[in-house]
Amino acid sequence: MAKTVEDMQMTVDYSQFPDVDGHFGTYGGRFVPETLMAPLAELSEAYLRYRNDPEFLREFDNDATQFVGRPSPLYFAERWSKKIGGARIYLKREDLNHTGAHKINNALGQALLAKRMGKQRVIAETGAGQHGVATATVAARLGMDCVVYMGADDIQRQSPNVFRMRLLGAKVVPVTSGTRTLKDALNEAMRDWVTNVDDTFYIIGTVAGPHPYPLMVRDFQTIIGRETREQILEQEGRLPDALVACVGGGSNAIGLFHPFLNDASVQMHGVEAGGSGIASGQHAAPLCAGKPGVLHGNRTYLMEDEWGQIIGTHSISAGLDYPGVGPEHAWLKDLKRAVYCSVTDEEAMQGFHAVTRTEGIIPALETAHALARAETLAKELGPDKIIVVNLSGRGDKDLQTVANHEGITL
Amino acid sequence: MSRIEARFEALKAQGRRALIPYVTAGDPNPGLTVRLMHGLVEAGADIVELGVPFSDPIGDGPVIQLACERSLAHGTSIRDVLNMVREFRETDSETPVVLMGYMNPIEVMGYPRFAEAAAEAGVDGVLTVDMPPEEMGDLSECLAGAGLDPIFLIAPTTTEARMQVICDHARGFIYYVSLKGVTGSDSLDIGAVAARVDRLNQMTGLPVGVGFGISTAEKAAQMSQAADAIVVGSALVRQIQENADDDAAVLSKVTGLLASMRSAMDAEVTAAV
Ligand SMILES: Cc1ncc(COP(=O)(O)O)c(C=O)c1O
Repeated sequence: MAKTVEDMQMTVDYSQFPDVDGHFGTYGGRFVPETLMAPLAELSEAYLRYRNDPEFLREFDNDATQFVGRPSPLYFAERWSKKIGGARIYLKREDLNHTGAHKINNALGQALLAKRMGKQRVIAETGAGQHGVATATVAARLGMDCVVYMGADDIQRQSPNVFRMRLLGAKVVPVTSGTRTLKDALNEAMRDWVTNVDDTFYIIGTVAGPHPYPLMVRDFQTIIGRETREQILEQEGRLPDALVACVGGGSNAIGLFHPFLNDASVQMHGVEAGGSGIASGQHAAPLCAGKPGVLHGNRTYLMEDEWGQIIGTHSISAGLDYPGVGPEHAWLKDLKRAVYCSVTDEEAMQGFHAVTRTEGIIPALETAHALARAETLAKELGPDKIIVVNLSGRGDKDLQTVANHEGITL
Repeated sequence: MSRIEARFEALKAQGRRALIPYVTAGDPNPGLTVRLMHGLVEAGADIVELGVPFSDPIGDGPVIQLACERSLAHGTSIRDVLNMVREFRETDSETPVVLMGYMNPIEVMGYPRFAEAAAEAGVDGVLTVDMPPEEMGDLSECLAGAGLDPIFLIAPTTTEARMQVICDHARGFIYYVSLKGVTGSDSLDIGAVAARVDRLNQMTGLPVGVGFGISTAEKAAQMSQAADAIVVGSALVRQIQENADDDAAVLSKVTGLLASMRSAMDAEVTAAV
């Protein structure tokens, strides 16, 4: 007999996915040019060897503490919660990490793996520049060569991060093909890897790409959810009722969600970039408004036209401006284990200002999408409930964008 | 016998090697593609490889990326590409046509619908750059059911064990990627390629074609000594790029370059006899 989605949800042990070939149900997998099949197999083998290696994990934990500044606080946003008049909202302060976002957790993990694999050159794609900065940072510290691919349009709107990367010794390569944003940067990084497979490690910045990336990036980011679990038990004596995170490729969201997936009482809310509104077509919300397809090495929800061409996205935040999403999110959506909604540029701006003014925390515009959803959710859930929002990054990089948006000249 | 098989048999009987040009369908404009295909055949093509344009061609270098962009600017869809093949077949029922592209357009169309439509249009083989045999799933059966040959790439990084798996899944011919890189790269090591092709010949009875990085008549001739077929893409597409506004120039430049490769390859055969 066919199982209902609800039956499936009850019987799935989320910690057991993906399968050995990187599949989450029909999503994920490894759709790449043949040249990359062997390096991906080599990478999987190396990662699976070190994944549970006490010495590797000790090195990661030590750097997470001493270099990144972990654990990040779980901060009760008391004034903001009171002002909204709903649930108690906690903010997981990934903005306080070295380099200002959650991206460093993953960049650090992959760079340590690259070192163990004897790769001296690392490459990365970046949208907002946060992952590029994180990668350039760990590369500088480990003495590796670093090349970062970045869409030419993103270079324009995130220029402070471009300068940071260059200061750190990375070469930033503008990508002028296609839509000149994150997806094209990813294409170009893949092409680099195809060409330089022998000495190069590709540090993908989110839970997308071919297997083992969605698994590996998730594992490195689950430090967020594992800390949150301990911290909320300590502060509130119980698990939260809901988790909220923005979803670009989905790494900060899965990092928070994953350690709670087997706890049926915890709701998960992923927030995509609604841009000018879903109806306008100007957005970056594949889970809300896309269809399954194959891009960047995996099967997932995509923004595409009726003949399978990937279409341009729009978001005020460069880090959410991506037409795909990690395959695990596609699977969680179909299983209804997580729900995905979208928040427009305008709503995100309101969330940005609200938290800046009531809590003294200037969030990244990506994060502002999650904050906007947390506000409505806090009202829906009511005062007895607890919400944790992943405050994935700080907003310094976005000050120019905010000023432009409001017609202010800096 | 499939058209691809028949073509390789005939060439073998003549002691010749196959010349396989690649162009992106719809580049520089959809109206020119069918004429260009016929022109390629007249200039000596044995099989035509027709690119299905895709917005995110991760296996391609800048030349074919731009070809995709030019084609997509005209809104060329996979359905349009199949219509071009159908039109080509009205006056050429013998030259095999292989579609080369990426998974997503096929994924969105649906495997059975794609396979039926492609076979009906007169396509002979399908090469999807980002679809390794491991992920084929139902596509294998759909292609087989429609009589289409799945063509696979084998790369310099492919392990021996995988080479055998791929050979077992492949039909038509094997496409050996002659270098680590994207299309249009330029660093061929002919000796290394020849050694890998020899190894493939021990593993499969299928013809082996070599492509990526073959940009001149001289290289085509050299490479053709090592393999059953030569695939030429970026060098031809560069001619399209440089003459994109002038249909007549595109036809003459592209077919001119291909014809020079053909005669260099055939001269090599004659010299060897
Ligand atoms: C602060 C911040 N949050 C979120 C994201 C979105 O990425 P992901 O969905 O992988 O967490 C980015 C990406 O650049 C970011 O910089």
